[in-house]
Amino acid sequence: MSPSKLYLFKVKRYRPNLDDRPFWQSYEISLSSFDRVLDGLIKIQDQLDPTLAFRKSCAHGICGSCAMKINGVNRLACQTLVKDLPTLIEIEPLPKLPIIKDLVVDMSPFFEKYEKILPYLINNEPPPERERIQNPNDQEKILEAITCIQCGCCTTSCPTFWTNDKYLGPSSLLKAYRFIYDNRDNASLERLQKIIDEMGLLHCHLALNCLKACPKGINIPAHIIKLKKFALKKALRRK
Amino acid sequence: MNTQRHRFDTVIIGSGLAGLRASLEAIKGGSVAVLSKLYPTRSHSTAAQGGIGAALGNEEPDDPEWHFYDTVKGSDFLGDQDAIEYMCYSAIPTVIELEHMGVPFSRTPEGKIAQRRFGGHTKYFGAEPVRRACYSADRTGHAVLHCLYEQALKNRVQFFDEFQVLDIVVENGVAQGVIALELKSGDLHLFESKAVVVASGGFGKIFKVTSNAFATTGECLSILFEQGLPLEDLEFFQFHPTGLYKLGILITEGARGEGGVLLNGKGERFMERYAPTLKDLAPRDVVARAILREIMEGRGIDGKDYVHLDLTHLDPKILEKRLPEISSFCKIYLGLDPALSPIPVVPTAHYAMGGIPTDKKGRVLRDVDGSYVPGLYAAGECACVSVHGANRLGCNSLLDTLVFGRETGTDINRNLKDLSLGKIPPHRVDKVIAFLQFLRSNKGKERVATLRDALQGIMMNKVSVFRTREGLFEALEELQVLRDRFQEIELMDKSGIFNQEMLSALELYHMINLAEALVFSALVREESRGAHYREDFPERDDVNWLKHTFVYKTSSGIDYKFKPVVITKFKPTERTF
Repeated sequence: MSPSKLYLFKVKRYRPNLDDRPFWQSYEISLSSFDRVLDGLIKIQDQLDPTLAFRKSCAHGICGSCAMKINGVNRLACQTLVKDLPTLIEIEPLPKLPIIKDLVVDMSPFFEKYEKILPYLINNEPPPERERIQNPNDQEKILEAITCIQCGCCTTSCPTFWTNDKYLGPSSLLKAYRFIYDNRDNASLERLQKIIDEMGLLHCHLALNCLKACPKGINIPAHIIKLKKFALKKALRRK
Repeated sequence: MNTQRHRFDTVIIGSGLAGLRASLEAIKGGSVAVLSKLYPTRSHSTAAQGGIGAALGNEEPDDPEWHFYDTVKGSDFLGDQDAIEYMCYSAIPTVIELEHMGVPFSRTPEGKIAQRRFGGHTKYFGAEPVRRACYSADRTGHAVLHCLYEQALKNRVQFFDEFQVLDIVVENGVAQGVIALELKSGDLHLFESKAVVVASGGFGKIFKVTSNAFATTGECLSILFEQGLPLEDLEFFQFHPTGLYKLGILITEGARGEGGVLLNGKGERFMERYAPTLKDLAPRDVVARAILREIMEGRGIDGKDYVHLDLTHLDPKILEKRLPEISSFCKIYLGLDPALSPIPVVPTAHYAMGGIPTDKKGRVLRDVDGSYVPGLYAAGECACVSVHGANRLGCNSLLDTLVFGRETGTDINRNLKDLSLGKIPPHRVDKVIAFLQFLRSNKGKERVATLRDALQGIMMNKVSVFRTREGLFEALEELQVLRDRFQEIELMDKSGIFNQEMLSALELYHMINLAEALVFSALVREESRGAHYREDFPERDDVNWLKHTFVYKTSSGIDYKFKPVVITKFKPTERTF
């Protein structure tokens, strides 16, 4: 297919019960221009060092397992082609989450944030016999937000989250948006109040890191700005 | 090893659509634990692209009876018609219920659930394609999975994320619970329960080129098989016609549903020759074989081993609105814009029609006579009801997970008062610990990755779309060699926490088991039906083979029995499209 090339993968490692702190380990591997960073990691695990740990599952950018920091940017290893990077590739775990082993971080603090924003459709009216009507213009409003795969790239790239781990983060705010702007949902104001009270909306200072980090290309700040405007219009403030 | 003990009314293995749908029902009757080897939203259901089949008739006239007929014919008449009829008629309320839960389906201009054409789905009993697949762009599985997970959280289902199942305990013919390893801590957890639901998904990873995620390794099927429980119709493994060349990543059938066509090296729309009426929208077994025939006869692109899926004639708006995900990954992985260039594709291992035999209530069968294991249930791809028979139609898999996931939960609630809380005997725990000990301390010259590659190679070369007795025999012999080599395995990672090498070894052990059961089933069936094509027996043989295969592990090797197909309305006829 395509000629292969040597790459140096510098991986930040941490082995529980063995290491006091993370250290860097280098691996040299040959990859083709069609290979992804994930292919490189698999090759290392298969051929050089089976003790290296990292998450993977779907391998085509829909499950969100293989989020990691690659050459300084949070991205999905399965969606990053090595040919788009220099031959020195530095890989670290997602920032500011507890490291379990090597590139595997504990995602529970990230997922727990969702549970604070009532992350489900709320509509207490008896459902109609058929589907609730949602015209294409209404759906357009949530179309980008529903593509989120909860990989964590955005939240762990956010400087507010780095300094305040209670902050809900862009990912949960986006999930709140997805329901607040769903015309079938009846709890918009309740949810909006929630993301204000829970150290959320008002703590976003638009550093815009999440804009660059999202592997699905979602314009997260635009969604957050819309939520902020909505909160202003409703004159909502912290209780 | 540290051991923790939990008690729940119901323990569900797997957090894909089947497991989550079952959990939403079972939580109405008692406490529910869902165990997942991943974080729940990473489950492979999320990769389902095209849609859910339901005769809503939102875009044009449709009828559940036509859906029923299409599914029976698609299954090459091996599906059980009572179950298929139930599924197709339940499809409509099932999809409406999802919409009420919040699934963001794509919409028609009037705001109803949008529907698209899909392979093998027709109107007027085969006359022409019909718009039956209810979709959310080309991310339907993702949309439904996230919604069901949200509902499960709301309803206080308890999740145990990144727990690897090591044993499903059946003792005295009754389900007792599950033994699992918590990856994060390395601790052993015993879940004792009244009911156990296996909803662990497929096992496409036994093949080299597959659309399936890394996690789909089928250990739960193997765990039951090792206890002497049967597996049904394993010989029927679907190859999806359009996997991205070399990568195997799925390009949804919805791409052809929206008007995409397959072209060979001469630029011919070759499906017209193989399926004059449905053409590119014939069922998957037919299209996959056609593509490989074209390639074998030298009509691949530039004589190579792939064909083209051409979407360049479609309105770019359709690609943008209805097929954004596949457009995006064609650009990422191949540097190719499907609006401008055709996509190189080749069939990819996709879906197991066979699996753990169940009845319509999800109860796991112990024998061909219909007797079942009290407290043990299965749903989704790992199960075989059988609604897909010898070949599944596109967008019937999500439907299967939802309909029979719910049935499973309903039946558990009905029987909870008669089921007693299971007990996991110490000898089962000892056995599990001994196996982990073996993996971690064994000395030898074999590596997990080498053996896994060998397994995937054997299955790809000898047990994929075209099969012969000779090739299958060779595969069985080679699998036996692999089994011996497995005894010589040595791990480099001896640690207890997140030891992925040990998990891979464990998965490999079970994949070899499953592969052997699959090859054995394929050898037994001396006919060609649906996805099972024997070059030495190229015709369907209803006189001798209109029956399901059950394979069992016995002390003297694998044995088999047959179970009759349930035929209610549609008598087997010649299958042309």
